[in-house]
Amino acid sequence: MFKEDQLKKVVQEKKKWTEDLSKILCETPERLPRFTTISDLEIKGLYTPEDIKDIDYSRDIGFPGVYPFIRGVQPSMYRGRLWTMRMFSGLGGPEETNKRFHYLLDHGETGLSIAFHYPTLMGYDSDSPNARGEIGKCGVAIDTLKDMEILFKGIPLNQVTTSMTINPPASILLAMYIVVAEKQGVGKKDIGGTIQNDMLKEFIAQKTFMLPPKPSLRIIVDTIEYCTKEVPRWNTISISGYHIREAGATAVQELAFTLADGIAYVEAAIERGLNVDDFAPRLSFFFDSHIDFFEEIAKFRAARTIWAKIMRERFMAKNPRSWMLRFHTQTAGCSLTAQQPYNNVVRTAYEALAAVLGGTQSLHTNSLDETYAIPTEEAAGIALRTQQILAEETGVVNTIDPLAGSYFVEALTRQIEEQAWEYIRKIDEMGGMVAAIERGYPQAEIAESAYKYQKQIDSGEKVIVGVNKYATEHPPITIWRMKPEIEERQLRRLREVKQTRNNQKVKELLNQIRIASKNGGNLMPHLINAAREYASIQEICDVWRDVFGRYSDPGYF
Amino acid sequence: MSPQRKIRILIAKPGLDGHDRGAKIIARGFRDAGFEVIYTGLHQTPEQIVAAAVQEDVDAIGLSSLAGAHDYLFPRVIELLKEKGAEDIVVFGGGIVPEEDMPALTQAGVKAIFTPGTPIEEAVKWVRENIKPRK
Repeated sequence: MFKEDQLKKVVQEKKKWTEDLSKILCETPERLPRFTTISDLEIKGLYTPEDIKDIDYSRDIGFPGVYPFIRGVQPSMYRGRLWTMRMFSGLGGPEETNKRFHYLLDHGETGLSIAFHYPTLMGYDSDSPNARGEIGKCGVAIDTLKDMEILFKGIPLNQVTTSMTINPPASILLAMYIVVAEKQGVGKKDIGGTIQNDMLKEFIAQKTFMLPPKPSLRIIVDTIEYCTKEVPRWNTISISGYHIREAGATAVQELAFTLADGIAYVEAAIERGLNVDDFAPRLSFFFDSHIDFFEEIAKFRAARTIWAKIMRERFMAKNPRSWMLRFHTQTAGCSLTAQQPYNNVVRTAYEALAAVLGGTQSLHTNSLDETYAIPTEEAAGIALRTQQILAEETGVVNTIDPLAGSYFVEALTRQIEEQAWEYIRKIDEMGGMVAAIERGYPQAEIAESAYKYQKQIDSGEKVIVGVNKYATEHPPITIWRMKPEIEERQLRRLREVKQTRNNQKVKELLNQIRIASKNGGNLMPHLINAAREYASIQEICDVWRDVFGRYSDPGYF
Repeated sequence: MSPQRKIRILIAKPGLDGHDRGAKIIARGFRDAGFEVIYTGLHQTPEQIVAAAVQEDVDAIGLSSLAGAHDYLFPRVIELLKEKGAEDIVVFGGGIVPEEDMPALTQAGVKAIFTPGTPIEEAVKWVRENIKPRK
């Protein structure tokens, strides 16, 4: 980026500056022996042109909307269209969640995002013994199409896009969504949204798993194959780093493991016989925005360039849309504190700013009370307003990728990129991500980082305000509680559905799912037929557990 | 005289909750503190947890929950311990447990709850002071 004589001069001047500084430091030393990011990357006191001397603007940075996309995937970024404000929501039953959806949409939210309760996430119905104590607690209870109809009451599915955080039963929830749209008179070609559908990171981090890795991948590829032809606006998978980070990974590990998962999905779909440029444009990503501001921005920028290179050079994709890493961001739940909870509003705002400066396509901002429970309406409202203030007041959206060219941000982007490639190479050597997971490699790496960080907190080396520094008492805040009658209502509705539907037909359709599961053939059409007749999530998952077996946690620590 | 047996602790994840960062950190912290630690892994029913505790002859069970089902699952574990005649196994917990749920859990027999932000050392100290090898 710089002429040789310019650089030479900078190096000389820096030498002098360093000497002068060291004299000062003899008298008044720096506050800390090491200055590090939250992931423990050491940061220098000053970055200069010397740190980015190998970067070639046209080759390595370039322009927004142009390979390798460091500066963003769209040519106009937020000047053209703001990110989608998509608040992760789900509480109690479909009635309560529908009300929350309407509240958020009325307050300017621009996309929906469903949080399901644990039984749904794990493929159990509310009447399962496994669901005892869990109904509606950590998200919305969905058992059958009936619940989905209530969930989307008054929400035209051709006017909003919906993201569903769902993994083992992702294809079933997508089938239900397609049928809800159908009943509204909206065709498959006109719905848009995302299913998370990323099982590899479940084994690594989020741990809502059901089937072993291989059949899990088969069902994922079924959804990719089906949607590529039939639901062209659907993001078939949201390859997620969020949960990897929340489980304790560093920024580099989050990035590397997520992209290595992405490689595994692309390979699996190609193995099925799909053309990379047919499905790759509908792969999307999901990252955490943690509290270390510049590290996160560098991570997002590095993510785009690594993925672009993987898709173009490794998978020979020709369509520029296949090269683009489009991503959703959630601010870091694990950075929030139960102590002095109002501080969480401030943390979330900084994290949201990092996501926007990193070029996110969609954003969820956490609520101040989420270390206690599902957010109250008021807390979720403040979190949404945090995004709106960012978008409409701060002016950070006025120019594209404003931190590009910063000696520090470019050097850090490069550093994170190089370290992530290192991990990706290591995973390739192990035989890819499925093999690495079977060896427990990413799991162990994450547990190690999590433990190391906890020790740094306990020793005071890393600070959390209100927890290990400035700890003072705070009055309790009002939190959301689930009303017990919600559980009864959910169980009653499931009973009624099972009594009034055509049970003979459901049985036949479940049998067709069993046959297709055993013999191959795309499962999606069968799932849509079963969803339409009100087959429950557990009924379908039980077929799969029976055919494919279960995955259980090896319990590493 | 034989040296005193090490304290044996079962760290358990009851229910469908998948958040295991805390459970793994505390399992490792306890091991580093010199306790014998057995970790159940995720998605255990109260029945499985109690069976493991009895079979492994532990002195205490540490239950971790971050998904709101503690008010059913924690007391259920204690109830089952009583049924098995193993009520001398101390039960404590950690995770996301709102203040207002504490009295009911204490009433049910949960001896301590460690909420977010607890240093490992604090939990270790509590174990040393409150749990003795059973024989």
